Amino acid sequence: MNAAVAVALRVRVDPVACEAYGYCAELLPERVTLDEWGYPVVDGTPVGADLVDLARRAAAECPRRALLVEAVARTR
Amino acid sequence: MTTTTLPRVERLLPSGPGGLTDPGLSGHLALHGPLTVPPRHDQAWSEALLAEVAAAGLTGRGGGGFPAAAKWEALRRAGRRPVVVVNAMEGEPASAKDRALLAWSPHLVLDGAELVAALSGARSVVVCVADDRDPSARAVRLAAAERSAAGAIREVTVRRPPARYVTGEESALVHWLADGDARPVLRVDKSVPLRLGRRPVLIHNAETLAQVALIARHGAAWFRNAGVPDAPGSTLVTVSGAVHTPGVVEVGLGTPVDEVVGRCGPTGPMAGYLVGGYGGAWLPPGMGSTPLAPGPLARVGATLGVGIVVALPAGSCGIAETARIARWMAGESAGQCGPCVYGLPGIAGDLELLAAGRADPGAIGRIDERSRSVVGRGACRHPDGVARMVRSALDVFAADAAAHGAGRPCAGRHAPSVLAFPAPPALVGEAS
Amino acid sequence: MSAVVSTSTTEAVWYMIRATGIVALVLLTLTTVLGLLSAARVRTRRWPAFAQVDLHKRATLLALVFLALHVVGAVADSYVNVGLVSVVVPFTSSFQPLWTGLGAVAVDLLAAVAVSSALRQRISPDLWRRLHWLAYGCWPFAMAHALGAGTDAGQLWMDAIAAVCTIAVVGALAWRIGYHRTTTAAAGRLGATTRAVPERHRPTVAVPGRHTAHGAPRTRRHAPSGRSGTAPTRTTTQLLERDPR
Repeated sequence: MNAAVAVALRVRVDPVACEAYGYCAELLPERVTLDEWGYPVVDGTPVGADLVDLARRAAAECPRRALLVEAVARTR
Repeated sequence: MTTTTLPRVERLLPSGPGGLTDPGLSGHLALHGPLTVPPRHDQAWSEALLAEVAAAGLTGRGGGGFPAAAKWEALRRAGRRPVVVVNAMEGEPASAKDRALLAWSPHLVLDGAELVAALSGARSVVVCVADDRDPSARAVRLAAAERSAAGAIREVTVRRPPARYVTGEESALVHWLADGDARPVLRVDKSVPLRLGRRPVLIHNAETLAQVALIARHGAAWFRNAGVPDAPGSTLVTVSGAVHTPGVVEVGLGTPVDEVVGRCGPTGPMAGYLVGGYGGAWLPPGMGSTPLAPGPLARVGATLGVGIVVALPAGSCGIAETARIARWMAGESAGQCGPCVYGLPGIAGDLELLAAGRADPGAIGRIDERSRSVVGRGACRHPDGVARMVRSALDVFAADAAAHGAGRPCAGRHAPSVLAFPAPPALVGEAS
Repeated sequence: MSAVVSTSTTEAVWYMIRATGIVALVLLTLTTVLGLLSAARVRTRRWPAFAQVDLHKRATLLALVFLALHVVGAVADSYVNVGLVSVVVPFTSSFQPLWTGLGAVAVDLLAAVAVSSALRQRISPDLWRRLHWLAYGCWPFAMAHALGAGTDAGQLWMDAIAAVCTIAVVGALAWRIGYHRTTTAAAGRLGATTRAVPERHRPTVAVPGRHTAHGAPRTRRHAPSGRSGTAPTRTTTQLLERDPR
């Protein structure tokens, strides 16, 4: 099989929309921690299959829709 | 103190006997020669110009350092007729080069804008001059009127966005042109061009366009005669601080920092150099021989930025100056992103206490930690620049920082600041 | 015989209408208060902040269930002439048009809010926010309907319920307005649009990790490392000048 490109998912924050609710860090602590002012620090490592649903839920729960789950093309 | 060993470069701002004294159209044409720009899209001509600029290796002179020709390639894919925007905002307080260009060579800038418009099929050119720079705006309007009288067909408009540091950031500028809101916009993919309405925007720094105008006349080989192979061409550098004649000088890229400072008459030994602007980095005096070029500067944790060198004299306090910059930059935040809005004042506050010798033992660690934390967490690179500048200060002035932190601040903090907020120094050669 | 049966059936439906109406009102009060207080970002070691929003959504859902029963009962009931149309078109009922109409307004607003929230991921965030503002209208109309059309209005226990609900909503609203003013003022002082989270709401307690199936949450400490993010009141120059050394 010629699968040179695998698509990975990762989470990202839109810093303009973010208002430091912090729900993302509660739902997805594996990827999001909060700084001293309550704003998210996101770990950009890809989200494995075990975390995808939680990542999507975290993105859906954000009151400002500031957490994004995006696809990143990754070459093997 | 090294003396100037490289020949003086005078391309963008020629001066002296036989040089440019009349910034008007006739003086410009007499000095630089004519320039033919096709009135309508000419594929062969466009390809030739693009190839020439690519061969010259011209990179943006507005701080980004992005290859100019690559921007044009990216725009080709956008399809629609673009708008050309000339970024002459010059939000960096320690920079005066765009002001100098518009005062002395506005036609070079407008030549470049016209060339880029012809190449990309744009019909309009928008020149953005900050709303506190009336002389520059007047100069552009005058030059545009001269050109229009001489038959130029592409419309040149002058817009006056608010004079704030971040307004010169590309996405902020286009945002203001589109919606009147001068705040940066999150850009996920920088290769996707910004848009004004439905039209893609081709935005260049004023100096970049002036360089394009020279390359179109003299060719890539001529351009590469100045500078070094990895960083070709000349660049304008604003030198300020502990020098006898602060101002704007034109040097080939790759000139050592202390030679650039040498052109302006250093007043004595230095405590350090601030290179690249208030979002740049400090260099210790021992690294004065670092060439002013992207590669060598990156290797020592600095950037070229918009061609700025501030010479800090021995006896001044690097920590105090850094605190001043940090406080000013914190106030210049667009106010959209938490890490910038709260992180920068936090860093500035600790630096101020450190400068006064009244910081708690954890202050230095906290400054460093916060500086690392804000990087990449804003919509623009404003916090990143401040973080880089602050961390370089903690490195270059480490001994000072330790002494201040132990409650023994130096006397240099009472020395007058060599920094200016926001009106930078006069131009070299300008009548005082 | 049939008359007795139908009377008791009618009575049962009548009691159901009143009971489900009161429960729906209390649940609506609960969800309104939770919604107003969501800005408080209340979190403890066991209670993550998002749980409050979760509860808000579930309470609304439950309120809708009881509201549906209330409406079905009102339409089915033979004593009052409330047609199906009057449930959604206000002031068209022949039975107490004004008070029933207020209830219909509440139903309309709640329906708009509920549908927009169900489709939240498919509509623009801006549109969702604007539609959600209609939620502010739901509770007042529901309460007015309860007091005007409610058979039990005037009874001590009902008045007590209404009073408690009103105090809760008014109190939460007052808090919300105050919070908004404080944060907007603080942001304005910094020239910011992202509104400051007041220090007491910042995560100084352990941010609850995911609640595992076995109950014990993972915790993560985020104690502030020193100074807060507010700007010091003194400028650099003043700080340096004050120091005589």
